[in-house]
Amino acid sequence: MLNLQDIDRAILDDLQNDFPLSVQPYQEMAKKLDISEAEIFERIARMKASGLIRRIGGIIDSRNLGFYSTLCAVAVPEVRIDSVAAVINQLPGVTHNYLRDNTFNMWFTLTASSDIKAAETIRDMEGVLGLKIIAMPARKVYKIKVSFDMGSKNE
Amino acid sequence: MSNDSIDRSIIGLIQGDIPLESRPFESLAKELKMSEQEIVARLRTLQKNGIIRRWGAVLRHQKAGYVANAMVAWKVAPDRADEAGNIMARFSEVSHCYLREVPETFGYSLFAMVHAHSDEQLLELIIAISEKTGLSDYQVIRSLREFKKASMKYV
Repeated sequence: MLNLQDIDRAILDDLQNDFPLSVQPYQEMAKKLDISEAEIFERIARMKASGLIRRIGGIIDSRNLGFYSTLCAVAVPEVRIDSVAAVINQLPGVTHNYLRDNTFNMWFTLTASSDIKAAETIRDMEGVLGLKIIAMPARKVYKIKVSFDMGSKNE
Repeated sequence: MSNDSIDRSIIGLIQGDIPLESRPFESLAKELKMSEQEIVARLRTLQKNGIIRRWGAVLRHQKAGYVANAMVAWKVAPDRADEAGNIMARFSEVSHCYLREVPETFGYSLFAMVHAHSDEQLLELIIAISEKTGLSDYQVIRSLREFKKASMKYV
C-alpha cells in the first residue's frame, strides 16, 4: 500500500466520485478541501507518477452509445501465447486482454458497432488463428462499480 | 459540425487523460472551436444520458492496495441467477457482476470481479459469497499477465 496522507485519500475520493464538471474543477475541489489549487496539482501529479492514478477523464458506457461488447475467451497452446496475444491486441475493438489461469487461458473484451460486426470479427480471428473463440456477452448487469473507496469519509 | 459529431469528438478526446491544469478543457474547447462553458455543458448532458458512466480519476487497483484480484465464474440455475447476482452485488469487494450467455463448453455464467488486500482475504471472501448465495460450483480465474488495457476509440 502506498503511503497516503488523509488529504490524499480525500482528494482520491473526490477525484473519483465528486469531480465537479466545471471550467475550473480543481479550484472548486481545492476550496472544498480547504487547500490551495497548487497543492492539489502537486498531490495529484505525485499520485500519477506513482502509478496509483491511471488517468483522469471520462468513463464511457459503450452500450448507451449504441455499441455492442462481449467478453471472449480462447484456449491457446502454451508456445503460441505471445503470437496469439499480438494478433488479438492489434484489433482496435479489443480493449482488455489478459492471460488467465484457466483452460481458456486468454480472455479479452471486444467492442464493435453491432453484434453482427463482432461476430464477423470473431469469425475472421478464428480463421487467422485456427482456434475456437468463445463469446460471452452480458445478459444482465447486477453491478458496475468503477471507483475505489479510499476511506476518507469514515476516518 | 453536427451535434452528434461534436459529441463524438468530445467523447474521443475525454477518454484519455485530460491535462492537469487549472482549466483542463481549454485545449479541447480550442480544438472544437467552442467555449469551455459549452464543453462543460455537453459533458454534463452526456453524463445525464448515461453515455459518460462516470467522470474523474481511474485508479490502478493494485496500487490502491487491492493486490489480490480475481474473476470468479459461478454455475447457476437460470431461475436463481437474479437472486445470486443481487447478493453478490451487495458485497463491497465485488466491483462488477454480470450474468453472461456462455457456451456449454464453459458453463459458468455468473461473473463477479472480486478484490482483496491479500490472497487469504480473497479466499475468505469467495467462500463468504459461496455461502451467502448457496452456489458451490465455481472457477476462480486469476489474471497472470496483462497484454492490453486501453480505452475504446468510438468513432
